[in-house]
Amino acid sequence: MQRSLLIFYIVLVLCGLVAPWLNIYPVYLMTFYSFAIFACAFNLLLGFGGMLSFGHAAYFGLGAYVTSWLTTAQHWGTVPAILAGMATAMLAGLAIGTLAIRRSGIYFAMITLALGQLVYFICLQAPFTGGENGIQGVPRGTLLGLVHLRSDYVMYYFVLALLVLVFLGIRRIVSSPFGQVLKAIRENEPRAISLGYDVNRYKLLVFVLSASIAGLGGSLKALVLGFATLTDVMQGNSGEVILMTLLGGAGTFLGPVVGSGIVVTLQDVLSDRVGSWVTVIIGAIFVLCVLAFRKGIVGEFLAWRQRRAARLRLAPAAAQASPAGQA
Amino acid sequence: MTEIFGYPLPVILGQLMLGLVNGSFYAMLSLGLAVIFGLLGVVNFAHGAFYMLGAFAAYIGLETLGINYWFALVLSPLVVGAFGIVLERLFLRHLYKLDPLYGLLLTFGLALIFEGVMRYFYGSSGSSYPVPDALQGVFNLGFMILPIYRAWVIVASITICLGTWFIIERTSLGATLRAATENPRLVQAFGINVPVIVMLTYGAGVGLAALAGVLSAPVIQVSPLMGSSLVVVVFAVVVIGGMGSILGAIVSGLALGMVEGATKVIYPEASNIVVFVIMAIVLVLRPAGLFGRE
Repeated sequence: MQRSLLIFYIVLVLCGLVAPWLNIYPVYLMTFYSFAIFACAFNLLLGFGGMLSFGHAAYFGLGAYVTSWLTTAQHWGTVPAILAGMATAMLAGLAIGTLAIRRSGIYFAMITLALGQLVYFICLQAPFTGGENGIQGVPRGTLLGLVHLRSDYVMYYFVLALLVLVFLGIRRIVSSPFGQVLKAIRENEPRAISLGYDVNRYKLLVFVLSASIAGLGGSLKALVLGFATLTDVMQGNSGEVILMTLLGGAGTFLGPVVGSGIVVTLQDVLSDRVGSWVTVIIGAIFVLCVLAFRKGIVGEFLAWRQRRAARLRLAPAAAQASPAGQA
Repeated sequence: MTEIFGYPLPVILGQLMLGLVNGSFYAMLSLGLAVIFGLLGVVNFAHGAFYMLGAFAAYIGLETLGINYWFALVLSPLVVGAFGIVLERLFLRHLYKLDPLYGLLLTFGLALIFEGVMRYFYGSSGSSYPVPDALQGVFNLGFMILPIYRAWVIVASITICLGTWFIIERTSLGATLRAATENPRLVQAFGINVPVIVMLTYGAGVGLAALAGVLSAPVIQVSPLMGSSLVVVVFAVVVIGGMGSILGAIVSGLALGMVEGATKVIYPEASNIVVFVIMAIVLVLRPAGLFGRE
């Protein structure tokens, strides 16, 4: 990691540490972080694996439902309930991923969409999800019996820590040999096959990883807001995570975080002012993203920096110009 | 009373008939999707929204201008199809050289916009559209009661589907279309204006969805959300049938509608998911789809 980038990350984490004391509502920040984890998970699949899943709400929703059910009806502890939520999302990812990777491109998108809808209907009819009402009054419990998470501030640092962990974990995965093979598959799948890689195993593994992290995002969201409802598993939620990733920049590390911040804020600010126009605005951002800036905010910024660095390198006076890094 | 596997025959036939009605909509929508994908390389996520707009065009026409069902059957596809052409010119044509996923994302965004706007003006609950006088009443076939309107929907949509198939596979216009799908540059070199063909094809596919919307208006509630759940099922139908084949789209649409109907009798809880389960099974056994080639 470059030094300037490291400093940038440290500044970001410091901002995160002081944010709840700056008169910003902690629950709003925690919602943002839960969705940021969700979007990072989605970006692992789309940005680095090159697979567009249109049914990622399934894993987010399963994480939310399982964690909520275990803490409310079964009185499980918070940490085991989160792990169980992730495990359920992982198993669903394994089942759906095995089917979906049999096709690629748009078919992959349509299959994940359809199977995501299947999970939605199961959640609608299963006895433990509470149907249309969902599961309400989810207790936050304690962190392994040591610290109570009832206070928004304690919960805030727990969620922030997990976001940082997920972020660094994904950076680690992408820069590992596994991540490099993924990149090779994304760029040229037949070539990767001819080089002897078992492409399907790599694809399935990244799918399962992405699904489990998405499940973590859902579990946290349920604990933060205290409920899990059908909205979590709905098609609209899958669309939102795509938008977050696309808007921030697919294939960049910080993009999904930026994108989820914008989308969550938009919904927070707009929903009580413009009502159903939120859907219209989200749709319009989608159209704008696809037509005008496909690299996303962070992606466009990096491209701009790269162009500038290239220009400076051409100019003789700027011999010391540093090459662009990845944010 | 006659029974099959312990279920009364009229119940089974009634549900199969309802399933066939749904299946006709699946067939018309997946047909349009297949044609648009073939020529434009775009998976039209907004297809469900156009279906919804078609139904709304008929509903609004009746409420405000008093346009009756039969005129709506012609006008609504024309209006919505023209709207589709405008969208193709404004947005979609910029994406033809890119990864097809961008087309999917763009049309998804468009679908959200249409749904949001219609929900603002008409709310989420549905409005009902009356069955036209000429098609009211039932046929009593002795072994079952068949509402005339349902029979009309099935006959009309199968005719439309077969007509579309005939145009594409058996006429010189269709031959040009198929050639443009295979090799647009070569067809252009023969002096045929391919961009115009592409534009009109999109309009026609969208019009077909709108027509399905008008046909469905009297049997279901006209609501802004009627398309978004349907489009997912239609995608599954397309995966099952394989996108390459026109007849495949029609046959699998109708067949899956009937399977759904049969499931409503045997195990109602699974009727929402049976199409997705079949899709999963097909993916295991024949990943390219029943009629697809890879």
